[in-house]
Amino acid sequence: MFESPGISYATIWPVLLVLGVACAGVVVEAFAPRAARFNAQVSLALAGLVAALAGTVAVGAGSGLGVSTGEGALVIDGPGVFSQGLVLLVSLGSVALFAERRLDNGVSVFAGQAAALPGTSAERTASQRGLEHTEVYPLMMFAVGGMMLFCVSGDLLMLFVALEVLSLPLYLLTGLARRRRLLSQEAALKYFLLGAFSSGIFLYGLALVYGFAGSMSLAEIGEAAAADGSSPLLLLGIGLMAVGMLFKTGAVPFHSWTPDVYQGAPTPVTAWMSAATKIAAFAAMLRLFYVAFGAEGDIWRPAIGVVAVLTMLLGASFAIVQSDVKRMLGYSAVAHTGFLLTGLLGVQTDAFGSTQAVLFYLTAYGFATLGAFAIVSLVRGPNGEVGSLDRWAGLGRTNPWVAATFAVFLLSMAGLPLTAGFIGKWGVFAAALGAGQWPVVAVAIGSSIIAIFFYVRVIMLMFFTDAREDAATVSTPSYATSVVIALSAVATVLLGVIPGPVLSLLVDAGGFIG
Amino acid sequence: MLTLLVLIPFAGALITAVMPARPKLWAFGFAIATLIAGLVTMFTAPDTDLVWMEPLGVHWALEMDGFGKLMVLLTVVLVPLVMVAAVKDHDKRWYAWALALEAFALLTFLAADLFVFYIAFEATLIPAYFMIGQHGGPNRAKAALKFLMFQLGGGLVLLGALIGFFVVSSEAGAPSYLISDLAQLDIGTTAERWIFVAMFIAFAVKAPLFPVHTWLADTTEQATTPTSVLLVCVLDKIGTFGMIRLCLGLVPEASAWATPVVIVLALISIVYGAVLAIGQDDLLRLIGLTSLSHFGLITLGIFAATREGLVGAILYMVNHGVATAAMFLIAGFLITRKGTASISSMRGLEKATPVLAGTFLIAGLATAGLPGLSQFVSEIMVLISAFDYHWLVGVIAVTAIVLAAIYVLWAYQRIFTGPAQLSRGPVRDLDRREVGVLVPLLVALFFFGFVPAPLISAASPVVEPLVNVIQAGE
Repeated sequence: MFESPGISYATIWPVLLVLGVACAGVVVEAFAPRAARFNAQVSLALAGLVAALAGTVAVGAGSGLGVSTGEGALVIDGPGVFSQGLVLLVSLGSVALFAERRLDNGVSVFAGQAAALPGTSAERTASQRGLEHTEVYPLMMFAVGGMMLFCVSGDLLMLFVALEVLSLPLYLLTGLARRRRLLSQEAALKYFLLGAFSSGIFLYGLALVYGFAGSMSLAEIGEAAAADGSSPLLLLGIGLMAVGMLFKTGAVPFHSWTPDVYQGAPTPVTAWMSAATKIAAFAAMLRLFYVAFGAEGDIWRPAIGVVAVLTMLLGASFAIVQSDVKRMLGYSAVAHTGFLLTGLLGVQTDAFGSTQAVLFYLTAYGFATLGAFAIVSLVRGPNGEVGSLDRWAGLGRTNPWVAATFAVFLLSMAGLPLTAGFIGKWGVFAAALGAGQWPVVAVAIGSSIIAIFFYVRVIMLMFFTDAREDAATVSTPSYATSVVIALSAVATVLLGVIPGPVLSLLVDAGGFIG
Repeated sequence: MLTLLVLIPFAGALITAVMPARPKLWAFGFAIATLIAGLVTMFTAPDTDLVWMEPLGVHWALEMDGFGKLMVLLTVVLVPLVMVAAVKDHDKRWYAWALALEAFALLTFLAADLFVFYIAFEATLIPAYFMIGQHGGPNRAKAALKFLMFQLGGGLVLLGALIGFFVVSSEAGAPSYLISDLAQLDIGTTAERWIFVAMFIAFAVKAPLFPVHTWLADTTEQATTPTSVLLVCVLDKIGTFGMIRLCLGLVPEASAWATPVVIVLALISIVYGAVLAIGQDDLLRLIGLTSLSHFGLITLGIFAATREGLVGAILYMVNHGVATAAMFLIAGFLITRKGTASISSMRGLEKATPVLAGTFLIAGLATAGLPGLSQFVSEIMVLISAFDYHWLVGVIAVTAIVLAAIYVLWAYQRIFTGPAQLSRGPVRDLDRREVGVLVPLLVALFFFGFVPAPLISAASPVVEPLVNVIQAGE
């Protein structure tokens, strides 16, 4: 007999809503007249995200937490719901950045007609007619749905499906830049090819782990691993699945796509991707390693430790030599992955442990990176955004407020006290040191010093260096973008000064459950 | 109440930054208000203790003991004075940053919670960075970056110690960052030593000590003299303050373990700093390097860990703050007149500017430890403790007095004596504003030279328990 699985719709409706809005967006794209599409898509996406966010908060506050639903495919627990909420918050801010049309003569940052080859008459026609892609909103919503599923996946299949659902739209969005299209398309191709490989490797590892445990469920894998931890099938599976995860998070040696994609993608996409993807990927990674492979900590901790050390050192060192602000932030994202991996080395506790530390770090980093890239999109020259750091010189004199806000984000990423980044850094270091990982923490402190250098150098450039002739100027954005930047800055400072409520929320949320 | 003492200058910084009209006057008003608040809180200030970040065991806990009082006094007096000195060639941004710096510096001296101390310790760097970077010599941006990198590097090492305390404290039960709770912790020997090393590195960069002193001379050379006063006389004191409060206070056994190495570093700083100072042509580098020598003596007094040594070190911190502030400000006045800090391009100023020469001599001799001026008292106490520790240490440390006399008097001789440079036009003597800035400092130098008792009685109760713990350990 076949029994249909019970599904707790009360706890997963926010995910379904986001995916539903994505489908509705496709319908709008097909049937609404061109003139109405932009407004329709933006309001649909915003409304969907707001409703989903409200729903996620309700689920988190309600009594429905800690259930496993759909035959264990989805596990609605505290950390999972927290990361879902975080993904939604960041995405909500990003929609505002996606919809920004004031910076570039009334058109969005996305290519008028993606299918038109760069430099052809088709492209010129498209841009003369003021065409713009509004498919980006449904694409984004699909990815958001995937990310939300990734955060709460309780079995291997759901993990893989969610990974693909979130990845495919990202590849597409990366290639849709209106300006510097070749760079954008190159980045998209790189991202896609490497991503496809890593998905394949991940899938192979997944199959091996299934072969070992005879079950897709993370909890059951955890039990099987606790019973027999030395099976080569399992160890190989852990390694291969780790590769897939580390690719998504941008850890060395699987980081090479990060700077290219960060630079090539339209800046709002970079802002969103750098924040949201990292949140979802780390939430899934934490769950995978604690729930399924928790018993194998002695095996994976040293390996992840080595990866963390390499990631921090390489990310921070390469960021120093970058001359393009987006590439610099790309390598800085790599370094931050290293710090997050340091936090992963700790143990799950009821008090302030690894899970809480990593999730807080993601919160801090999410706001800082969203705000930083939003500001990058404002700093422009005659040919669009100015990435070259030399041309940012003197920005602190011409636009003190914008430069000061950018400085706040940089200082938070550098981990200075009274910003959210400091508490985040403190947390991941404390988690790792509590587990006796002092060599990694020592390297982390060393890398932080290197990292501070390139963040501070940008501040120095903005405030203490004289502007050049072709210096970039700051365009006035729409209110939505300004609000996103302002809120990110406020959140960055508030989380640094009074992190107590969020920390307590995380402690109350508890650990991951099987 | 103590919170208010921190909030007044902080609010002042924000208001000064946005005030369109007469921002400097506003800033000065806030500095005076802070001075008054500082004086009031010295007599009537209950400790503050509120839970700040519960999961981390962080409390907003402030208290002011005798040591804290002295440092607070030094800070709240110096800030308004340098504001008067800075009025001509600094804009409102500098004033806002100066108030922010004052707020965070006061917070470090008042913090009864290690986390709060750390936050303030790091937060002082941002105003300091902008103060160096926005006003000063042609290479100021570079100097500011060097300063910040050294300080943040030290700060991150301190972060390691901070986290170490958290780990030990949570293993022992509920985490708490209250310094009084941390002092009760039973830390294993190895962990304690690592924590000590991390804290000492951070404070050695701050103070500074050889071999992490290289930022000091570059910074004082490029920064304006009011900035240097706040950096060397207030901010650097946090380093030696931390050595006493946190190294000796929290990890006394590890401090005793490391004492030989620290003493050697202190001796090198004393002699090396003084010798370098003698060889300087840039007056501002010279004063910066004399401070390296003085911080060596302070550290020596701290780690000799006798009653005289510690009291002497605490007094030294106050007296050095006053004397060096006077030196920097006088040097600044001199440089605004001559347009250069190069000693070799000055000569025979004695006749044209007798007041300037006189104040320079008094402040200089105070720095050199002339009896009757305040620094002498503290220097002699530190030297006694050095002899107590080992006669050889004492002998080497005493050379500091000789070398100090050389760098002060030789600098005086080169700048002020000899034939006047009439061809370069007349040089004004100090005006009333400048004299007004210096008078309180010089009065303090004389007063505490003859009546050091108030300082000693403030410092003694703080020193007593530390010495008891250390002697119990031996």
